[in-house]
Amino acid sequence: MSNHSINLIYLLSATLFMLGIKYLSSPNTAKRGNLLSMIGMAAAIGITLTTPGLHGFTLIIIGIIIGTVIGGYAALKVKMTSMPEMVALFNGCGGAASALVAMAEFRGPNTEFDSFTLITLLLSMIIGGLTFTGSLMAYAKLQDLISTRPITYPGQQFINGAIVLVTLVLASLLFQDPSNTLVFFGILALSLSLGVLAVIPIGGADMPVIICLLNSYSGLAVSMTGFALNNNALIITGSLVGASGIILTKIMCDAMNRSLANVLFSAFGKIIESADDTGEGPTGTIKGYEVEDVATILANAGSLIIVPGYGMAAAQAQHATRELGDYLGEQGVNVRYAIHPVAGRMPGHMNVLLAEADVPYEQLFALEDINDDFAGTDVVLVIGANDVVNPAAKTNPSSPIYGMPVLDVEKATTVIVLKRSMSVGFAGIENELFFMDNTMMLFGDARSSLQKLVATLKQ
Amino acid sequence: MDTGTIIIGLTIFVLACFAGAELIAKVPPTLHTPLMSGSNAISGIAIVGALLATGHSESFSSISLIGFLAVIFATINVVGGYMVTRRMLQMFKK
Repeated sequence: MSNHSINLIYLLSATLFMLGIKYLSSPNTAKRGNLLSMIGMAAAIGITLTTPGLHGFTLIIIGIIIGTVIGGYAALKVKMTSMPEMVALFNGCGGAASALVAMAEFRGPNTEFDSFTLITLLLSMIIGGLTFTGSLMAYAKLQDLISTRPITYPGQQFINGAIVLVTLVLASLLFQDPSNTLVFFGILALSLSLGVLAVIPIGGADMPVIICLLNSYSGLAVSMTGFALNNNALIITGSLVGASGIILTKIMCDAMNRSLANVLFSAFGKIIESADDTGEGPTGTIKGYEVEDVATILANAGSLIIVPGYGMAAAQAQHATRELGDYLGEQGVNVRYAIHPVAGRMPGHMNVLLAEADVPYEQLFALEDINDDFAGTDVVLVIGANDVVNPAAKTNPSSPIYGMPVLDVEKATTVIVLKRSMSVGFAGIENELFFMDNTMMLFGDARSSLQKLVATLKQ
Repeated sequence: MDTGTIIIGLTIFVLACFAGAELIAKVPPTLHTPLMSGSNAISGIAIVGALLATGHSESFSSISLIGFLAVIFATINVVGGYMVTRRMLQMFKK
């Protein structure tokens, strides 16, 4: 195939990727979009293999087989509750692939680089490298392999700033002498360590933002590789992924009323210790109830809004949630679900879990679409959500989450909160909702609580 | 690379960013997780560069080894990304 024909096929692939995203505008057409996108990818890979003078097919086939086995196994086995971890790892793979392609180009037979190619190769390597290690850190935080609380130490931001500066200095050295191996590996090592150091001070509550941001970076790295290789398919696809990641990042930040800089640098979620000392914590008594009490309230409700949070995912309680919702729906209760944009640990996390449990997507409502309805609702059932229903965001200017849009659950007649224990949420702060007069706490594992509720109601 | 090629590349980049932003803004929140896994899949397009690096010469070298690793990572994204996106999308029902 000639170069022109190959480039035309790449254009076709890029078009199919765009159509794939366009069809994601509705759950009805999304599957078709994914199929079109797959065809685009198959075409790009197929046509690349016909490149004149391409060798090493044995190695290529072995690589594709290994990647297919790993990727396919992960895709089939991953639990829907673990999608954030999965996407974090995929972001890392994307970063690694771009960085490696840039490295191969760097060490390749052609050592005469013009400055534009050199800059884009370096950017691809640096962004790809820090996306790789940063994503591994995000994965480790999500999996609780390392503390989900921010890890901070004195001079942290100074050290990170210094690393960026040294990286830039080394990059300028490499600019003068592209064949300097020592400087090359120095840049690689610094970008890898930057990914680790930039993510460890960020708390578990902010991991949804970080996953989105790293998603964006992995796309940016692909675009940079595309510039260096002068390949339009990579440039276009990388910018699509980059735009997607950055838009989701902004949605997440807005939903927490925080700037991206604040997410990255403020070590949000350190346990706040001053609250107890000053006596400014919530006052009142927590009222723990039994399953029977809660069942009675639910049996007499005319309308119910269910608010799921990460606790529902952690307890694998999505199926039990749907059972309760279905049963009450059959009894004539108006059952709806309210999904806060940052509920769970990635954008859309709750929606996927409820879809897995066969909850029709028409029953799911976004914050802005349902928030006015809490006032006229009989019962709100909060399942493992905490910060997204904390009224302090509206009432307490000294609260770290003050100004964050939250679900107005306390305006309902009765609020039932299913919670494992009284531990604080991701944000590391107390929740006065739990102390309110119209709140009933039902402590225990969310899944078994829900199963008991359904059993009691059916009696 | 001549300046004309660079400018064309940058033009494509800027236009694709805007087109992408328009398309993505229309994706409803309920599909944001499949959007992310789908983006992972298409970012596997780096496999094109990985294939070219792996097969750049007849003899095995450090470059083909680096390319080989890149092929593995990119394939994980392509296969894993599309499969898990498909798995999720099949769950969404009216």
